[in-house]
Amino acid sequence: MSVLDSKVPEGPLKDKWTNYKDKINLVNPANKRSIDIIVVGTGLAGGSAAATLAELGYNVKAFCYQDSPRRAHSIAAQGGINAAKNYQGDGDSTFRLFYDTVKGGDYRSREANVYRLAEVSANIIDQCVAQGVPFARDYGGLLDNRSFGGVLVSRTFYAKGQTGQQLLLGAYSAMNRQIARGKIEMHNRHEMLDVVKIDGKARGIIARNLVTGEIERHSAHAVVIATGGYGNVYFLSTNAMGSNATAAWKIHKKGAFFANPCYTQIHPTCIPRSGDYQSKLTLMSESLRNDGRIWVPKKMEDVLAIREGRKKPTDLSEEERDYYLERRYPAFGNLVPRDVASRAAKERCDAGYGVNATGEAVYLDFQSAIERYGNEQAKLHGLTNPSKEKITELGEEIVRAKYGNLFQMYEKIVDENPYKTPMMIYPATHYTMGGIWVDYNLMTTVEGLYCIGEANFSDHGANRLGASALMQGLADGYFILPYTIGDYLSHEIRTGKIPTDTPEFDEAEKAVKDRINAFINNKGTHSVDYFHKKLGKVMWDKCGMSRNATDLKKAISEIKEIREEFYKSVKVPGRADEMNPELEKAGRVADFLELGELFAKDALMREESCGGHFREESVELEGEQKGEAKRNDAEFAFVAAWEYKGEPSDAVLHKEELEFKDIELKQRSYK
Amino acid sequence: MNLTLKIWRQNGSQDKGRMVDYQVSDISKDMSFLEMMDVLNEQIINKGEEPVAFDHDCREGICGMCSMHINGEAHGPDKGITTCQLHMRSFKDGDTITIEPFRAKAFPVIKDLVVDRSSFERIQQAGGYISVNTSGNTQDANAIPIDKHAADKAMDAATCIGCGACVASCKNASAMLFVGAKVSQYALLPQGQVEAVDRVKNMVAQMDLEGFGNCTNTGACEVECPKGISLENIARLNREYFKANVKG
Repeated sequence: MSVLDSKVPEGPLKDKWTNYKDKINLVNPANKRSIDIIVVGTGLAGGSAAATLAELGYNVKAFCYQDSPRRAHSIAAQGGINAAKNYQGDGDSTFRLFYDTVKGGDYRSREANVYRLAEVSANIIDQCVAQGVPFARDYGGLLDNRSFGGVLVSRTFYAKGQTGQQLLLGAYSAMNRQIARGKIEMHNRHEMLDVVKIDGKARGIIARNLVTGEIERHSAHAVVIATGGYGNVYFLSTNAMGSNATAAWKIHKKGAFFANPCYTQIHPTCIPRSGDYQSKLTLMSESLRNDGRIWVPKKMEDVLAIREGRKKPTDLSEEERDYYLERRYPAFGNLVPRDVASRAAKERCDAGYGVNATGEAVYLDFQSAIERYGNEQAKLHGLTNPSKEKITELGEEIVRAKYGNLFQMYEKIVDENPYKTPMMIYPATHYTMGGIWVDYNLMTTVEGLYCIGEANFSDHGANRLGASALMQGLADGYFILPYTIGDYLSHEIRTGKIPTDTPEFDEAEKAVKDRINAFINNKGTHSVDYFHKKLGKVMWDKCGMSRNATDLKKAISEIKEIREEFYKSVKVPGRADEMNPELEKAGRVADFLELGELFAKDALMREESCGGHFREESVELEGEQKGEAKRNDAEFAFVAAWEYKGEPSDAVLHKEELEFKDIELKQRSYK
Repeated sequence: MNLTLKIWRQNGSQDKGRMVDYQVSDISKDMSFLEMMDVLNEQIINKGEEPVAFDHDCREGICGMCSMHINGEAHGPDKGITTCQLHMRSFKDGDTITIEPFRAKAFPVIKDLVVDRSSFERIQQAGGYISVNTSGNTQDANAIPIDKHAADKAMDAATCIGCGACVASCKNASAMLFVGAKVSQYALLPQGQVEAVDRVKNMVAQMDLEGFGNCTNTGACEVECPKGISLENIARLNREYFKANVKG
């Protein structure tokens, strides 16, 4: 019998959220003034939640490790945000967005949560426009949309290639208004190092002031974790350097179950790595796949000629190119979902067709788009018999208007002009669908402890569709948590201020200080990065785009070894009572070294292929889908929520069975 | 390539600070500038010394966290980029590179190359928002059509990443480009009109209170801005400020 209760309301899918909202308990405005809420992380989820809760009248304390909430890594999201507005009249609806998201997630998400997400999606766009977010518009002054992978409608709203930035600045501005009113107490350059539980309820956190090194106690009636994903467990990812899983891992150790850690998204269009010194990978927006065509040479001799510099990609004729996505998936072509596109690139590169020196790159080519737009423009301008050069010039203008900043970014990094020669891309870790288990209220398995945004597991199943991360972060923060947390807090109106001079705070603070001192006093020989890179290599090689039982078992024992070596010989210079970036990193990597092992254990347990989790043992053996991922609904249609019991190897599995009442489970075909 | 680095070291805000020389070797031209700094720090840690503290996070030119003054220029010699987007191919073997923190009275040094930019936060808190509560009942996003040119201009202003290069490049350490960008974004949109008078007055008052200098229209901020925020925004800020004072 599972201990997990998802608390999904009764009733038909489309009425659940409305009925739920009508029936929950509310807190009156006077009482809200005496209730404190801690929000850790100020990206789209945390920022929007902090602002909204403060608007409602609660006292919010917000924390971020950066020097400003505006710098959270949501800012780097490029492409856009989905919403079922149907402004294009192309058949979109709440149900279709819900359906696409569940299907895209390979039927491993909770139906009721996803439907609610689709339901509030339209409100997000209204709210952001009211805040002054400058979305792209057409010449009639109305909002423009574009299309993203895995769907057949245009429902993605965008602000150039900087949608995440503009949405985050919107949430940041809403926060600023509340900071000015004194309703948000903002703690920049602070890192949460543990959660404090009293009588089973989350009642506060221990945080380190990253400027002075001081260890601080903060209490509240509820704690919200919005600290993003754990992609940096791979060392190299598209995450920010500081993105970490420490807050999530600390609450896991205090009783919050960790769900589906093996569901990781490897994004297909990133700039390939260039050397061992590489510190991070850069994403090129998925929107590029609207116009770019992905290919490798058909013949091995051309591959070798290109690698040795004897041939250029532009020397190859159409017949000599293998547009492998268009070949394998004619219905969706270059716009298949991310997991499918990534695996297809790996398949070609593993077969030896990679086009750069490392053998890990494929082409993303804009030549056809430039020609197509050029011809269109020539017609619009009334040019008869335009020269090839003129067509290229006109076409490049359109491509520049659409993707100019991305092309410039590519050129800066790679030193090649993508208008003239195809881009080189390769998959990289980008997003983690797994995360802290939450119920319908977004509460974890610890009372009063909530988890929102990428940090939780709830909405994307085993694979996230493009432009859905921004939607989920803002849905959780603006429109869902403010209701659900109120229902919980309605029982806290008589609690009074939570004191911080209690044994529970003493104990948590002591544990944090002991750990910091252990790092500082360790007379080790290797830097933190040395171990992080070692962990990253194991994760990428054995828990990356395709996984098998043998390698996963090896990964588990290797990660354990790295962890032991880390504690023995990590070297952390400097002092605890000052700004010390190496000390910050040490704590984060220590947590990744445990999370990585649970990740491999989860991947080993899940003997099926679904979404971003591809088990080599589970593929279709015949028919049209031969070689494609094979899901096993009979045995694995559940959420794997792990309970902490000491070492990651001792973690106990709890299953939340997934029920699909409004959607028929099908093989995800993009052929 | 092999390089000599002259780096500002300052142990806390009370320390006087000094330039210290370092040598780095085998630097690849494809490395980013911050990856070169990683290599240096790894070298310093292995020697048992304290690494150079510097701010950085996204390493893709959007978070605005990185903030160095390299050879006398904010974010280094190339145009339209942040320090994390600067690549070592912009330097030559044997070069000496001087690396300092952003210098401005309103950006005190915290440690080494890390500065305190909370003055920017307080300016935004003074009025960098539109007062709209989250409700789920705001009007439909397409209810007010907005002229595409105005929307595009608002977007151009809104791309400011708040890095502070404008302040660091200005001989007066003025924050007019930063404030102008935010005021412009809202001034260009219908949603921003209601609070326009108070917004510009309060933001400018806070800017002055923080100790930023005056603008003398030299335009260094625009040249060094990694996002190419135009001086036009300063002109618009002046116009909005004048208008607000006339209106009262």
